[in-house]
Amino acid sequence: MNVTIVDYNSGNISSVINSFKEVAKDKVNIEVTSDLNKIKSSDKVVLPGQGSFKSCVDALNNISGLVDTLNEFAINNKKPLLGICVGLQMFADIGYEETETKGLGWISGKVLKIDNQNGKYKLPHIGWNQINILKDSKIFKDIENNSHMYFVHSYEFVPEDKNVISSTTDYSSNIVCSVEKDNIFGTQFHPEKSDKTGLKIINNFISL
Amino acid sequence: MLKNRIIPCLDVKNGRVVKGINFVDLQDAGDPVEQAKIYSDGGADEICFLDITASNENRDTIYDVVERTSKKCFVPLTVGGGVRGVEDINKLLNCGADKVSINTAAVQNPEVVLESSKKFGSQCIVVAIDAKKNGDKWEIFTHGGRNNTGIDAIEFAKKMEDSGAGELLVTSMDRDGTQVGYDIELMSKISSKVNIPVIASGGVGNLDHLVDGIKLGKASAVLAASIFHYGKHSVKEAKEYLDSKGIPVRI
Repeated sequence: MNVTIVDYNSGNISSVINSFKEVAKDKVNIEVTSDLNKIKSSDKVVLPGQGSFKSCVDALNNISGLVDTLNEFAINNKKPLLGICVGLQMFADIGYEETETKGLGWISGKVLKIDNQNGKYKLPHIGWNQINILKDSKIFKDIENNSHMYFVHSYEFVPEDKNVISSTTDYSSNIVCSVEKDNIFGTQFHPEKSDKTGLKIINNFISL
Repeated sequence: MLKNRIIPCLDVKNGRVVKGINFVDLQDAGDPVEQAKIYSDGGADEICFLDITASNENRDTIYDVVERTSKKCFVPLTVGGGVRGVEDINKLLNCGADKVSINTAAVQNPEVVLESSKKFGSQCIVVAIDAKKNGDKWEIFTHGGRNNTGIDAIEFAKKMEDSGAGELLVTSMDRDGTQVGYDIELMSKISSKVNIPVIASGGVGNLDHLVDGIKLGKASAVLAASIFHYGKHSVKEAKEYLDSKGIPVRI
């Protein structure tokens, strides 16, 4: 089996690569590439994302044919895809970081700045927070409710259809911290930095 | 609920730990990777490396350390010390650091913070502020605490937030190495001034100091070095103690 981590110059993806390789051992081949043919032929795709919504969308668009290839992979062929952090946020129709930017439009909704309630909550939301699991997501197999995950973000995904939300976390309000829609998965937190529990989520995705 | 973080810090010189945990089961007590792994297995919320390598020819040793650590530790890794600009940050991130802390370079040229937070995102840019009390204010020191710039630390903290820093690592130079506790006044003044998380550093001698850093200093995270060295306290003990004092921690 091939799992491809999309390398589209979205910032630092070393930790994502290291964690997937740690989990995959010799069983699964982990590719790190922006090669369209390799993405097309892989079994699963991981879409990381760091920096701003705009910088990530721009970086995707900078690689000719990449967005079309991802659409084909996730929407037409319905193969499993995991978005991490801004990778998840880009599923939305639109994001408002820096400036209004169009997302991939895979899950209807917006990406908005977390309401810090006039400075009561510090932003970025950095550190370990507990997830409240709302539905049986396949990537949460054997993950206990209220597990701690590592977060670092200032914006949150607000989907129109609340049924896609698989977990939330409490920071200022109930922030969406993971989604699942058919074959599309996303985590706002960083499984690659969430110690053993995070590695288990990665393993669950690889094992789908 | 967001938990307060405990961050053990390791001083690394020429690729080796300067002061470290002295556990008998360590194969190589000087290896930063082994020490970091012990900390992360023990529940550390993050690991911090401070590179104190003095000579330029040995500068590259830290890259190898970061690369090897990031393959074994799956909690966030912050690396600081001698970071001069965007190129150094890029190299450290590529080796597997999750955050880079900038000290002297941020004071000498605040544009570095603006530029790097735009390029890599605020989430990985930590500005390290070394401050010393002078009369009724605190002044910024650079070059590992040797140079007094005269810059007001609290104003500087605000400026760094505006420049795109994701977090501030605030060290009291008066307290560093003394084990008498954090400079609570400094921590709480900076933490109240900015809306980004503050990591308290410098002066921890016992577990109550960690409690004070969070409760009185209003820090989001507490960094300590020597209390975790030589097995005086484990990270687990520290967390259980904080928990018993009503501080939210990840256990």
